[in-house]
Amino acid sequence: MAKEVIKERSMILQKEMIEGLFNDLEKAHETGKKVCYTFVPGNLSELIRTFDMLPVYPEINALQSAMRKKSAAYIKEAERHAHSEDVCTYVKCDVGMLMKGNIGPTGQKLPPPDILLLSYTGCFTFMKWFETLKREYPNATVVMIHTPYQESGTMTPEMINYMVKQMNEEVIPKMEQVSGVKYDEEKLKSILEHSKEAEDWITKIFDTTKHKPSPIDAYFAGVYYIGPINIGFRGTPEAVEYYKELYNEIQERIRLGLGPVTPEGEMHEEKYRLVVEGPPNWTSFREFWKIFYDMGAVIVASSYTKVGGVYDLGWRHDPEKPLQSLAEYCMNCYTNLNIPQRIDLLTKCITEYQADGYVTNSIKSCNSFSAGQLAMMREIEDRLDIPVGFIESDLVDPRYFSYSNIKNRLESYFQMLAQRKMMEAQEA
Amino acid sequence: MYNINQLINRCEELAFDLDYNCAKEWKNEDPSRVLVGYMPIYFPREIVHAAGGMTVGIFGGGDRKQIIKGDAYYQSYICHIPRSIIDMALDKHYDSFDGFIFPSICDVLRNLSGIFRQKGFGKFVKYMDFPQNFLPEVGGVYYQDEMRHVLHYIKEINGVEVTIEKLNRSIELYNRNRRLIALIYDIRQKYPWRLSMKDWYHILRAGTVIPVEEHNEILQQIADYIRDEVGKPQDKIKVVLSGAFCEQPSVGLIRSIEDAGCYIVDDDLQLGSRMIIGDIDATTDSPLAAIANAYISQSQYSSSIYDVENPKEYRLAKIVEDRGADGVIFASASFCDPSLLDAPIFQNAFDKMGIRYIAFQFSENINQFKVIKEQVGAFSDSIKLWEDEPVPVE
Ligand code: SF4
Ligand code: SF4
Repeated sequence: MAKEVIKERSMILQKEMIEGLFNDLEKAHETGKKVCYTFVPGNLSELIRTFDMLPVYPEINALQSAMRKKSAAYIKEAERHAHSEDVCTYVKCDVGMLMKGNIGPTGQKLPPPDILLLSYTGCFTFMKWFETLKREYPNATVVMIHTPYQESGTMTPEMINYMVKQMNEEVIPKMEQVSGVKYDEEKLKSILEHSKEAEDWITKIFDTTKHKPSPIDAYFAGVYYIGPINIGFRGTPEAVEYYKELYNEIQERIRLGLGPVTPEGEMHEEKYRLVVEGPPNWTSFREFWKIFYDMGAVIVASSYTKVGGVYDLGWRHDPEKPLQSLAEYCMNCYTNLNIPQRIDLLTKCITEYQADGYVTNSIKSCNSFSAGQLAMMREIEDRLDIPVGFIESDLVDPRYFSYSNIKNRLESYFQMLAQRKMMEAQEA
Repeated sequence: MYNINQLINRCEELAFDLDYNCAKEWKNEDPSRVLVGYMPIYFPREIVHAAGGMTVGIFGGGDRKQIIKGDAYYQSYICHIPRSIIDMALDKHYDSFDGFIFPSICDVLRNLSGIFRQKGFGKFVKYMDFPQNFLPEVGGVYYQDEMRHVLHYIKEINGVEVTIEKLNRSIELYNRNRRLIALIYDIRQKYPWRLSMKDWYHILRAGTVIPVEEHNEILQQIADYIRDEVGKPQDKIKVVLSGAFCEQPSVGLIRSIEDAGCYIVDDDLQLGSRMIIGDIDATTDSPLAAIANAYISQSQYSSSIYDVENPKEYRLAKIVEDRGADGVIFASASFCDPSLLDAPIFQNAFDKMGIRYIAFQFSENINQFKVIKEQVGAFSDSIKLWEDEPVPVE
């Protein structure tokens, strides 16, 4: 493998966007910009932008802290203050970071929130998390938008009405009050035009894994690709430019017949194509990824890249129905889908991207993802007669990432895949 | 008519009849009757009653069901109740149930609703998304839609049209149920020795698996019985038990707490039966709105209800004060997110308020409590020996 990785233009664009956001956050006090803490799933980033506020995503801070090896200390700090060992480690990492001075992942201090916008979408813990934050930031305005779960596999008119009413009655008035900016629907519509365009591009990008070899890894690299669309840049020309650029770079890779780029350069031989369910481990992200690429395994689709929105089934933000489309967006995030919908979506990915296997990375402290994964796996195995693999780790708590266990399990799994391939070749 | 001991024994049998024979017999008497299983915490049972159905509380297998199949569905780091519920479903314990309600309480039960759907259990499966918006015209209206959704499912099965009169009558029956439960709690608060927590738990839990009319009669008899002095007061502290609102501790654990020197004078074990505080208006032309508004404005605090406008730590502190309790025992099911995520909020606040507490975790299927008993005993002793001050509440 080539050792030197040359940064592509898309990477530079992404870096500029993220650095820009953290710089703006650091200067928020001077510039008078209001700060809105919110979550990735069901993020109303277009609405936040309409009110000229700056977003802070606690989950992103937590995962970045983990990648920078800071999460263990934060988690310990939270546990010293009665937080249980057994709950979502994102929450503890965030609370610990706050207790230790709220220094964000870039080393810059994060401003306190003017508004805590709880988009209660797809995860029960979000509610508890913001109940905790409200007690830490008593002066922040809190606003909750409750996203109904797609329990019957559909978004009913009642569900949409409920969400739109919440926006009209609670979310928008409170945002106006905090920001001092009047709600401007035309502005929101023009932002949503960009969202729609960015969503078209990101869908095309993740669809390139249909090619063999796949030009990208839709999980380990995918988590970088979803960055801009998930952390407040959806709805900006910059995001559209980034995704266009990324798409063109990937097209070039396809033209050259190249596989995905890994931290150690290009992956040369695609041996196995996998679909992965569940978030990655962040504390040992590179080691985790390496186990896969060393074995020639590329991830052609993952559920995790859909937590901030599911676009592959054709849904887009619609500027003509701004609030309704924000509501639909929230309800359509991956963890807000019911278990049969999740199974169908993963089945579709496995089939369309011609995956050889299906792997679950079960996160110890994330019930939203993990509860039900074994039943899903069994159903997918029965439906598609595909080899399934199961590993366990955690998001940001290094105590629960056991490299040797995971490696052993995956090695046995890859052996099984190899055997299966050999048998198929013989039969053919 | 049963005498009190017979009544209590019968409630014990009913509470842990994992075949739900009483409910099944009730259903067999009339082909239009439907059985609707519901999980913790709360479900407005009135609406099923008005539609000619009966609700049946599903609280897992506790320590009375050996789990074999259920473990294959859940990782070790997920609480125990979903595996016992699925195990029982696979073993056909719910076979004559027509539908299942999963109230929005946590992601484990939410996702279990999807597994029930996937497996095709019952004629309907409804994850009931209770509103987290507390404006009657927003969250209240949505909640009414959710209730209509359930009624629609039942009507598809038995064709029963629910009327205003029927709903109001059902509301009144459940109002009576809640009043009697509140009355017994009030009597027990002053005279906890008259009815042990173990017996009271059986009586309450039996109410989730039998017709409400019958439960009301039982409660009335119990209330009449403990109005007069029975038993003898013992030197025990009074505690509130909090955090075990879903997966239930085994009865042995409840008894151990009592044996270790505590009277449990309030708890959230069967919170659903007393979620609504006071009556729901049973005289309106819009009974669904009355139920919804009661949920919005008269609910007990709960880990499943967003609380920033009405912080739970003060509400629990008020219960401690009102009950004259000496302290709180936080008992969380292992890996129970709602309970464990609330723990720091309560405990940090109680440290400041000077409310004494202990905390431990349990699992429904564990019936060895030596360590917990020692911990509770030490808690009780420390309060009895060293403290004699009233509990301050901020
Ligand atoms: S429980 Fe899972 S989905 Fe929820 S905040 Fe934690 S990691 Fe995210
Ligand atoms: S015990 Fe707790 S985590 Fe488990 S299903 Fe019940 S509420 Fe959810």
